[in-house]
Amino acid sequence: MRRRILIVDDEPNIVLSLEFLMQQSGFDVAVARDGAEALERMQSFQPDLVLLDVMMPVLNGFEVCQKIRENSAWNDVKIVMLSAKGRESEVNKGLALGADAYVTKPFSTRELVERVAGMMAQE
Amino acid sequence: MLARFFERYRFAVTLALLFALQILVVAAFWVVGGLAQESGQRAALLLALALLLLLALGLGLRALFGAFLLPVSRLGEEAVLMKNNPVHRVTPQGAPEVRALGAALNDMAVAYQALQEEGQARIAAAGRELAQEKTRLAALMAELSVGVLVCNVEGRILLYNHRARQLLARAKSGPGGALDTAPLGLGRSLFGLVERGLVVHALEQIQHRLRQQREAVDNAGGDGAQAEAASRFVATLAGGLLVRASMAPVLDDMAEMGGFVLVLEDITREVEADSRRDALLQAFTRNARSALANLRAAVEMLQAYPGMETARRERFVGVIEEESQRLARGIERALNDYGGEFEGRREFEEMRASDLLGMLLRRLDSAALRIFPVPVAAEDDGNRVAAEEAGLWLAVDSYSLSQALAHWCRRMADEADVHEMHLEVRRDGGLARIEFAWQGAAPGAERMRAWELATPGGASDGAASLGTVLERHAGESVYHYDAVSAHSRYCLLLPASAPPAPLEIASRGEGRPVFYDFDLFRQTGQDAAIDAMPLAQLSYTVFDTETTGLHPAAGDEIISIGAVRIVNGRLLQQENFDRLIRPRCPLSADSVAIHGITESMLEGQPRVEQVLPQFQRFVEDTVLVAHNAAFDLRFLQMQEEQTGVRLDRQVLDTLLLSQVIHPHQAEHTLEAIAARLGVTVVGRHTALGDAIVTAEVFLRMLPLLAEKGIRTYGQARDAEQRTRYARLRY
Repeated sequence: MRRRILIVDDEPNIVLSLEFLMQQSGFDVAVARDGAEALERMQSFQPDLVLLDVMMPVLNGFEVCQKIRENSAWNDVKIVMLSAKGRESEVNKGLALGADAYVTKPFSTRELVERVAGMMAQE
Repeated sequence: MLARFFERYRFAVTLALLFALQILVVAAFWVVGGLAQESGQRAALLLALALLLLLALGLGLRALFGAFLLPVSRLGEEAVLMKNNPVHRVTPQGAPEVRALGAALNDMAVAYQALQEEGQARIAAAGRELAQEKTRLAALMAELSVGVLVCNVEGRILLYNHRARQLLARAKSGPGGALDTAPLGLGRSLFGLVERGLVVHALEQIQHRLRQQREAVDNAGGDGAQAEAASRFVATLAGGLLVRASMAPVLDDMAEMGGFVLVLEDITREVEADSRRDALLQAFTRNARSALANLRAAVEMLQAYPGMETARRERFVGVIEEESQRLARGIERALNDYGGEFEGRREFEEMRASDLLGMLLRRLDSAALRIFPVPVAAEDDGNRVAAEEAGLWLAVDSYSLSQALAHWCRRMADEADVHEMHLEVRRDGGLARIEFAWQGAAPGAERMRAWELATPGGASDGAASLGTVLERHAGESVYHYDAVSAHSRYCLLLPASAPPAPLEIASRGEGRPVFYDFDLFRQTGQDAAIDAMPLAQLSYTVFDTETTGLHPAAGDEIISIGAVRIVNGRLLQQENFDRLIRPRCPLSADSVAIHGITESMLEGQPRVEQVLPQFQRFVEDTVLVAHNAAFDLRFLQMQEEQTGVRLDRQVLDTLLLSQVIHPHQAEHTLEAIAARLGVTVVGRHTALGDAIVTAEVFLRMLPLLAEKGIRTYGQARDAEQRTRYARLRY
């Protein structure tokens, strides 16, 4: 069965590349532009992994992550945070909130794909 | 009644009686003489009468003397005694008038004594108050984070605080960490430490402005705008230290400049930080600009020429990849190298995590919300954890943090119905985690967020919200709620910092080190007229050396020099000189047995060519004092050529001075003299220890020399010469 990935980010330029990349890697991809949309998509799309940007309006990535983790139905969903915020306290917070990985921008797309594939293969 | 009559007219009555007696005697003789017929008998009778009369007169005079004259002269002597010894009282004697005088003198003595005692008590009280004020001033100066120096008009230092010492006595890197610049000390000149031209220029500015101020006051006109008399400049000190100096005059009672205060602030780090930030920004912008230029050019090529051949296309794509990576690397490097500057946490205090925990527990615990420390686990884990936490430090604004947390706690108690929490501070990687944990009530993530953002007490009182405080600390907060166990955790993550450098250990010796001497305000330099200078006012360097053996001519060398300074009659223990020297000749076994310095101890030490110039600078402007100075000086002379250092300072020898004071004592070793003068000997046979003992001995000798009439330097030197020759004759 094809794995599903939800991309949550408000910057269209990075969404463009990520969407293309994940599709080419063989995943089904959905996109959300902000935190509220993200939670909707979680419900409707039921992804296996979420690529979650932190700096978004309305509801930021940390809050989305926390909400996802609050829902026990989504315990198995992997969360990879992508952020331009690279301070140690922020990385620590992300991981503490339940993210499975925290990647600081800019990142190598090849490494990201490898990582995502690795996480999916764990199941 | 009759007695009273006699009292008053005593003199008249006595005279009358004497007169009557005389007449009776003359009458008797006349009668008897009338009866005698022969002239010889008459002559004899007349003679007898004369003698009798003389006798009577003599007795009368004696009575007079005894009653008046003698007692009065005795009174005179005792009165002189009483002037010098107010406790003495005259014994009343002689005639009642004289007794009355004696009693009156005694009364005056009583009054005089009382007056003297009161005077002395007042002086003592004033002296104590003054000493207290001085101590307070010294304490104030000592605790300032800026360096303070007070100098007299000649630039002689008469007060400095600890910070000034740190700034000025910074050593240049050299073997054995030596003083390459002039040392800092009371009575020393400022010009050895700060460039003379700068100081003189600043002084001139001040004088000029003082003159202007005086003229303005005299004219009582002008525009009233005046530059303040202080002068500011930036100076570079030894070791590349940059300080901002502010110089203000000390005006005496005639509004003349009697001295000046110099305040020094270390701006090296500020300046360095500023220039580092500038450099960072420059480097980063340059790097970013060129990378972006390359990127843009490549992208524009790809856009403009969609039909280019694959190989060339791949090269452009390669450029895009390369340059974007270069940009990313540039950012990383900038953040890593200068991350500290950007954080801007320099205004925070460095605090141990355990102290922060203690403070928060004290501050936040209240009746409405009890806060407890997390109990340490009994197993091995507890020990490991404790050991880790011991080294955890963070830079915090403890006041804002505790204020904001106090408000948060109030909300938790009032609105979330939480009344008990556990608090701990732990290390988490490079962070410090401040964690509040509680059971039961769960306020929910939104409310927690809202409380974080709320400004406590309304914006007017200026307190910052918890969110703002966290932002300033470059920290984050995390809130967890575990529905299964109903256990909540609220964590603050703050960057940990490195433990601060250990503070300088206080100098040796007890009590607060002496950093001031206001009496030096009036001291002038010691110059050619030294012979007339009183011994009590001179500055001395008391020194001692340890050597490889006892034969300077045979090539023995100095291996240790210790010295202390005496300024204005006080031993300044913390201004000392203590150096070991690596010799070129081997140590004799006997000498090692005496001073305990072994070859291995001398291994990394500097050579005499480096140490002697430093010693010369240390003894600048002072009279040298040593025990058996001739011995030490011979060694120094032997190494004159080698080192190019000539110590042509005046010298006093405590050995010879002891012979001057106690010529009949047999023992004049340092121990014997110290025992005689009541000086405790510590650290015997180390150069510095011996120098200190010699210095204390010398100080106790000064009053004894004064008793022998030796008060000036010239007199001391002459006395030494005489003793030397006297000994020679033996």
